[in-house]
Amino acid sequence: MSLLDQEPADSGDEKVVPPLDPARTLPASLDVSAEKLEAVWAEKPGLFGWLSVVNHRDIGRRYIVTAFVFFFMAGLLALVMRIQLARPDNHFLGPDAYNQIFTMHGTVMMFLFAVPVMEAFGVYVVPLMVGARNIAFPRLNAFSYWMFLFGGIFVFVMFALNSGPDVGWFAYPPLSGPAYTPGKRADVWAQLITFTELAGLAVSVEIIVTVFKLRAPGMSLNRIPLFVWAQTITAFMVLLAMPAVMLASTALILDRLVGTHFFNPAEGGDPLLWQHLFWFFGHPEVYIIFIPATGIVSTIVSTFSRRPAFGYLALVLALVSTAFIGFGLWVHHMFATGLPQMGESFFTAASIMIAIPSGLQFFCWIATMWGGRVVLKLPMLWVLGFFIVFLVGGLTGVMLAAVPLDLQVHDTFFVVAHFHYVLIGGALFPLFGAVYYWFPKITGRMLGERLGQWNFWLFTLGFNLTFFPMHILGLEGMPRRVYTYQAETGWGDLNYLSTIGAGVLGVSVLVFLVNVIVSLRAGVLAGDNPWGAGTLEWATTSPPPNCNFVYPPTVAGVNPLWENPPDQPVVVGLRDDVRDVLVTYVLDAEPDHRTEFPEPTIWPFCTALATSALFIGSIFTPWAVVIGAVPLFVGLTGWFWPKEAGETGTQAWPIQHRTLPKPGEAPAGGPV
Amino acid sequence: MHAASVLQSVLAPAGPQAAHIARLWWLMFWVATAVFVIVSAFVVGAIVWKRTEPRRDDVLRVAVTLGVAATVVTLFVLLVASVWTGRAVASLGASSTVTIELTGHQWWWEAVYDDGTPSQRFRTANELHIPVGRPVVLKVTSHDVIHSFWVPNLHGKRDLIPGYTTAIWLQADTPGIYRGQCAEFCGLQHARMALYVTAESNDAFERWRMNQRREAVQPTTDNARLGRDVFLRSTCTQCHTIRGTIAGGAMGPDLTHLATRGTIAAGTLPNTRGHLAGWILDSQSAKPGNQMPPNSLPAGDLQLLLTYLETLK
Amino acid sequence: MRTELVLIAAMAVAVCGCKRETRTFRESPPASMASDVAVSDLHPGGGNPPARSISPYEQNAWALNEGKRLFSAYNCSGCHANGGGGMGPALIDDEWSYGHEADQIYRTILEGRPNGMPAWRGKIPDAQIWQLAAYIRSMSGLAPKDAAPSRSDHMNGPPPENAAPRMIPKNAGTPPAAER
Repeated sequence: MSLLDQEPADSGDEKVVPPLDPARTLPASLDVSAEKLEAVWAEKPGLFGWLSVVNHRDIGRRYIVTAFVFFFMAGLLALVMRIQLARPDNHFLGPDAYNQIFTMHGTVMMFLFAVPVMEAFGVYVVPLMVGARNIAFPRLNAFSYWMFLFGGIFVFVMFALNSGPDVGWFAYPPLSGPAYTPGKRADVWAQLITFTELAGLAVSVEIIVTVFKLRAPGMSLNRIPLFVWAQTITAFMVLLAMPAVMLASTALILDRLVGTHFFNPAEGGDPLLWQHLFWFFGHPEVYIIFIPATGIVSTIVSTFSRRPAFGYLALVLALVSTAFIGFGLWVHHMFATGLPQMGESFFTAASIMIAIPSGLQFFCWIATMWGGRVVLKLPMLWVLGFFIVFLVGGLTGVMLAAVPLDLQVHDTFFVVAHFHYVLIGGALFPLFGAVYYWFPKITGRMLGERLGQWNFWLFTLGFNLTFFPMHILGLEGMPRRVYTYQAETGWGDLNYLSTIGAGVLGVSVLVFLVNVIVSLRAGVLAGDNPWGAGTLEWATTSPPPNCNFVYPPTVAGVNPLWENPPDQPVVVGLRDDVRDVLVTYVLDAEPDHRTEFPEPTIWPFCTALATSALFIGSIFTPWAVVIGAVPLFVGLTGWFWPKEAGETGTQAWPIQHRTLPKPGEAPAGGPV
Repeated sequence: MHAASVLQSVLAPAGPQAAHIARLWWLMFWVATAVFVIVSAFVVGAIVWKRTEPRRDDVLRVAVTLGVAATVVTLFVLLVASVWTGRAVASLGASSTVTIELTGHQWWWEAVYDDGTPSQRFRTANELHIPVGRPVVLKVTSHDVIHSFWVPNLHGKRDLIPGYTTAIWLQADTPGIYRGQCAEFCGLQHARMALYVTAESNDAFERWRMNQRREAVQPTTDNARLGRDVFLRSTCTQCHTIRGTIAGGAMGPDLTHLATRGTIAAGTLPNTRGHLAGWILDSQSAKPGNQMPPNSLPAGDLQLLLTYLETLK
Repeated sequence: MRTELVLIAAMAVAVCGCKRETRTFRESPPASMASDVAVSDLHPGGGNPPARSISPYEQNAWALNEGKRLFSAYNCSGCHANGGGGMGPALIDDEWSYGHEADQIYRTILEGRPNGMPAWRGKIPDAQIWQLAAYIRSMSGLAPKDAAPSRSDHMNGPPPENAAPRMIPKNAGTPPAAER
């Protein structure tokens, strides 16, 4: 069986979506009361309840909204930078302000927007896609969101107090070290990393466990939706990559506050150590942003081509190999430091090699579109934008892998153009697609079509106008991170063009914002499955009920709503008076046991407050670590306070084991 | 420095290494363009080409396999081209008669022209001269933070890292003045840390080098002599050296042959009397954050000082 | 009432933050010192002692760090050996022969002192002397810890200024010459 073999699908036909209406087959004794379930899974009312939320939909929604707020703010900073660079020798900003602003832009976009927003969609969509009632470790999820929020507020408050980081989002020592960046600016940066990485690591753990243990019965590994695969692989990458940067930023803050010598060459430290640690995280980071986006693309392409994604196995393996190779090319950010030729060739080869799985994915998506019938709705439009824009970024990426060429364009505007094509093309276009795609599921209303068209076309125009000229500027010798340039360099006109483009981008994002606000109030009601999609999140109402699924579904294919036989069984036997969830086995998702999920609780919020106080305080005095440990201990104690025996814990699966239908086999009928 | 003579471009190579890299660029550019056109065509085709019969999966499978095979072949060709260019760029001879020790400072370049005879070594700043057609070796390091040396018309970058000294070979084949700029973010004035490389005939280079080795010209006019006294009794000597006088500060650029340079403040301003005056009085308005403090000199003293500095040929 | 308190607290934080982080490149130091900088706290007769000039840089991290850079650039370590003292007196201890206040240190640098300290008038710009004075106070822990410089990228010396123990100044120190 070759990689691309596939169950023959009757592609092209309009799918009939079988309703998951199990009631007709259920004996009365196994039936649950939807009202009781709603009440059991409801959150508490009031402000206290708002702070105690533990369900993945509310937290995911907050995560998405917060990340977008940071996106708007970092985008405004970018506009300010473009105004400064519009003309040579401009005096709109001085170097001190500019350095803070470009550092904030990069840091916020990477650490507070791109990674969190991808994880946020994971938090919202993954449990629904695997048919679970909540994400695994719901309280950790709440903690993760609060840490993310507090970290973001912290860095923006410091920025407003003229203490914003000004050493670049990469914070190379010695510049970021104690001798060259006095004050607290670099400490703020380093501590923000701790905040966001803590939040990111927590979400990864939740997603891995959700995917491995909470899948709907029947969702064996080869039936996991591609978006869920992408999220899982990303979560593993986060687990492996983020500790490197947390280690590095902790070493940096120790150098700065305690006087250690990790990066001081005079005492046996090494500034290059930082670069290795940072890029060992920093390069996988790009894929941590990009891989979830490929999951979005696979989902949207499949839905709007009206057929399963072509080459499921190839797509999954491409993601896995991208994740592996992604850890083997960090040194291509350091070619200019002077490496032995052998090392250069190795990392060039690795960097070029990673284009192969990306190419494979590209071809599979195009094959999906050729093999189906493309419906050009708004989410699909953004994905088409992704194809074209990301393609440019990918191709310039191959150029950057070549050491000699990299030595010329490294740290110039060419690279600025490249990674904006990769990140905006590869992540933001799919992300906008995802917003248009899942907005109806999250809110129950469609996003406006007309404003959506304006949003897309202005964005595409503005984006290319802003960033394409930067390729040429880089080749003409304009380095990155300069707050101004001299008229005699001749860079003025292209920079002016770029600034105009940035203005158009700004307008486009404004249109998006208006569209969201208008649609929230007056959008067309969506219904359960407005796109006729095949994955499980569309099997429930829009927005989903408190318990996600009154009857947790079982599945018989990658796209259950397309492939499940009409009499596919559902999960029964879960209690409706406690937060009961079904835990399944890793490989085949056979039912294993059931367990009870936690109720809403304020403790994650309290613990996040205590942790934040400790982190922020430690910038100003080492005593904060000691004193701050006390409230943290209280918070954790409250969080982990043991329940009465029998109140929680895992229980044997009391319902007789059911056989699930194999594909092609006649379904086994209703639950026993 | 005349605007017309400024060159700073990857695509206008003036030396063998930059030429190799420019060739690699054009290869990559055309391959990338071809790939872009082909793939975009397939994407657009998938949408606009309405079909009655959907394509069968085995046809798609063949197409995808072919696509991946083409990708692998193309990437392999580019890998070979890249490694070959890398070797060609690195193969420039190590035998060189000109060795320059280049040290990065916040935010200027210190250059020491090395010589077997210690008395023949000399120090200058921000402007390099190299002979055309001869390989030049640069030994680079940094005094403070990481900087990056980059003159795009001649070669790619090399980082200047404190605690490390690395070597990079350059060669210019076409005479001219090439602009370079620090390419690694190095703090407040990263934007104004340029340097100029003058590639000139061997004779002109040797003349320049002979002159640079000399101590500063002794002032011949009264005004210049008075100007020198202003220099020596003011704060200037704390940071600047003028060889042949008691001024021996090492914090700022060596001023022994200041008047031979085309620019001041690492390429920030043209080296004219007016700009020099403004720079001395208030360097912070042209280059905020640089380490030269403002100087309040009486008007008469300033004019004398400028007269002296203009004699430092 | 509560909002007012919050506002006041926020403003206090903001002011502290700004003081610590501002980077002024065109310095305007305190007006040239009058000649009445007292070296001793003792003064005859009644009335108040002359007002002290506080260094504007003492709470500013950038200026303190500039002071640190200048301390090594102007080779203060040549005599004071990273503050540990050598040919000149130690600067990290609590002994101050000519006063520990910023204006006293300013005057010491500007005018020099008997038995070895050269006068730097005309050789170091005024603003830089003030920065040096602020930094020198931080060496014995007299500047705020959150603004004081941390370790430098050199060989390990005395504890970095932001970890220096605070030495309660004893201004009655004996001038070096008197000991012999």
